[in-house]
Amino acid sequence: MTEMRGIYTLWLREVKRYLRDRARIVSSFVQPLLWLAIFGKGLSSIATGVQLGNLTYPQYIFPGIVGQTLLFTSMFMGISVIWDREFGFLKEIMVAPVSQFSVFLGKMLGDSTDALIQGTMVFVLGALLASFLGINLNLSVFLESLPIMVLITFGLVGVGLTVASLIESLESFGVIQSFINLPLFFLSGAIIPLSGHLVPGWLQIASRFDPLTYGVDALRTVIDGKAWQPLYPLYFNIAIICIFDVAMITIGTLMFSRRK
Amino acid sequence: MTLLENAIETSELTKRFNDLVAVDKLSISVEQGEVFGLLGPNGAGKTTTISMLCTLLKPTSGWAKVNGFDIVKQDTQVRKSIGIVFQDPSIDDRLTGRENLYMHANLYGVPTSEQKPRIDRVLKLVELDTRADDLMRTYSGGMRRRLEIARGLIHYPKILFLDEPTIGLDPQTREHIWSYIEDLRKAHEVTMILTTHYMDEADRLSDRIAIMDYGKIVASDTPAKLKDTLEGDVISIKTKEAAKLSSLVAGTVGVLKINTVNDGLDITVRGGKALLPRIVETAAKNGIFIESVSLREPNLADVFLHYTGRAIRAEGGDELHGMAAIRRRQIK
Repeated sequence: MTEMRGIYTLWLREVKRYLRDRARIVSSFVQPLLWLAIFGKGLSSIATGVQLGNLTYPQYIFPGIVGQTLLFTSMFMGISVIWDREFGFLKEIMVAPVSQFSVFLGKMLGDSTDALIQGTMVFVLGALLASFLGINLNLSVFLESLPIMVLITFGLVGVGLTVASLIESLESFGVIQSFINLPLFFLSGAIIPLSGHLVPGWLQIASRFDPLTYGVDALRTVIDGKAWQPLYPLYFNIAIICIFDVAMITIGTLMFSRRK
Repeated sequence: MTLLENAIETSELTKRFNDLVAVDKLSISVEQGEVFGLLGPNGAGKTTTISMLCTLLKPTSGWAKVNGFDIVKQDTQVRKSIGIVFQDPSIDDRLTGRENLYMHANLYGVPTSEQKPRIDRVLKLVELDTRADDLMRTYSGGMRRRLEIARGLIHYPKILFLDEPTIGLDPQTREHIWSYIEDLRKAHEVTMILTTHYMDEADRLSDRIAIMDYGKIVASDTPAKLKDTLEGDVISIKTKEAAKLSSLVAGTVGVLKINTVNDGLDITVRGGKALLPRIVETAAKNGIFIESVSLREPNLADVFLHYTGRAIRAEGGDELHGMAAIRRRQIK
C-alpha cells in the first residue's frame, strides 16, 4: 500500500512538471511536423517502389515518426534524473522509505506518461494533416496503437533512466543520448526500409538488434493495415518488446538503486 | 540515568573513498531528546557521517544503529524513523510548497486523513502558510530552508538530521531558523543531529558537541565544558609584528598559550584583565605598534583551534559542483 502510494506520488510529480512546461508541449508539435511535412511529403516522389509495399512514403513514415517521437522523448526523459540529482531533489527520493523498485517504477511510469502524451500529439498532428499527407487515421486506429506505444515507451524510458543513472553530468548525457538515439532511430526502419534484397545484409542484421524495429513494425501493422507487409507477425513483435521491457526495468532498477 | 535506548549508536564507523578516509573509526552515542552538534570544517567528514546514518551511503566498516535499527540491514526502518534537512537544497522548485509537502507525506506513508492537518500545522510553524500555494521557485533562500525543515517533520521522525541548516543564509534568516529549531525542540520530543561549521550555531543550539576533523572526533562534550577545558581568557592583539611580540610575551607568568593568527596573536592567559595592561606596556616599551586589542572569554572557535591547531575555515559551500553550486549562489 505504501509502495503503491509512493509510485503514484512520483508518477504524479513527473506528470505535473510536464504539464506545467508549456514550451515543451508546444515544441513537441514542431519536430514531428517537420519530419512529416518536409521529409514525408518532400521525399514521397523519390521514395517509391517495392520496398514500401503498397504504401506511399507518408503512409510509410507516419508510424516511424510515432516511434521516433517515443524514442526521442523517452531518452530525453532520462535528463530528469540528472536534473534531479544536480538540483538535489533526488536525495529526497532516495532517502524515502519506499523500495528502489518503486522509485524506479514511479519515475518510469511518469516519464512514460509524458512520452505517450507526446506520441499522442503526433496522432493529432497526423489527423490534422491527413488529407495533405494522404494518410488514413481514425480513433480506432489510435486506440489499437496505444497499447503498442505503451509497451515501446516503457522499455525506451528504461534505457533513458539507466543511461542517466550511469552518467555524471548534463553535458555528457547529451552526447551519449544522441549516440543511442540515432542508431536506434535509423536502424529501426522508421524512415527507410531495411529489408529486401536491395539492402546490404549487415544492415539487415543490425536492424534486428534494434528493439524499435519491432515496435515500428507493429505500429505499421496496426496503422497501415493490409497495405503493409509485416516483417514479423504482430504477436512476435509484441513478445520481443515485452522481453525488452522486462530487461530494461530490471537493469534500470539495479542501476538506480546502487548505493556506494 | 535513563533506560531508554540511545537514539544513535555507532562503533568504529568508517567510510573510505578509494584512498581517502572520509570517516575514520567513528564511535559516538547520542541520547534521545538531545541536540547533538557535529562541528568541523568543510571536508571533515560530517556530511559523510550523516549520509551513512541516513542510509544513503554504505559504511566501509564498523556499524551504526539509528533508533535501534541497523543502518545496513534495516535501512527501511531507519528511513521511516528519521527526517533530514540536507545541506544542499532538495525540493522540487516546479511544484508549490504545499505540493512538496504532500509528496513527502505520501512517500513516508502518512495516513491520508492526517496529511492535511499535519501539513497545515507545519506550514504555520514555519510561517509559510500564506505562501504555500506558490511555486517553490518564487521562494527566497530562507523560505526554502524553512519549508525543508517543515518537510522533515511531517512524518513525525524521532530524529531530525540538520546538515548545515543555515549555510549561505543572511544573519537575520539564520537567527530566524535558529529560533524555529529551538521552538521545535520544545514542541516535539525530537532528537536532533546538527552539523555545522559555524561556532555560534553549534554553541547556541547543541546540548553536546563533537568536534570533528579529518574524519575523527577530536573532542566531545557540552559547549560549556569544552570551553572550560581552555581554562583561561583570550587576549587578541592586532599587530604587524606578531612574531616579535610573541617572543617577548612568551615567558610572562599567566600566559598559557600563544597562537599566531592572520593579523596578530591570540594569547590564552589566566587572569586576562590583569595581564592585558602588562602586555600592552611590554609592546610599547619595545616599540611594537598595536593596532587594536580585545579581551574575551574563550569561545568554541578557540576550542576548535585548541584541538585541531588551526582556525576553522569560515567560508562554506565551496565543495559544491554543477547546478547545486549555481543554485546556492542564487539563494545567496
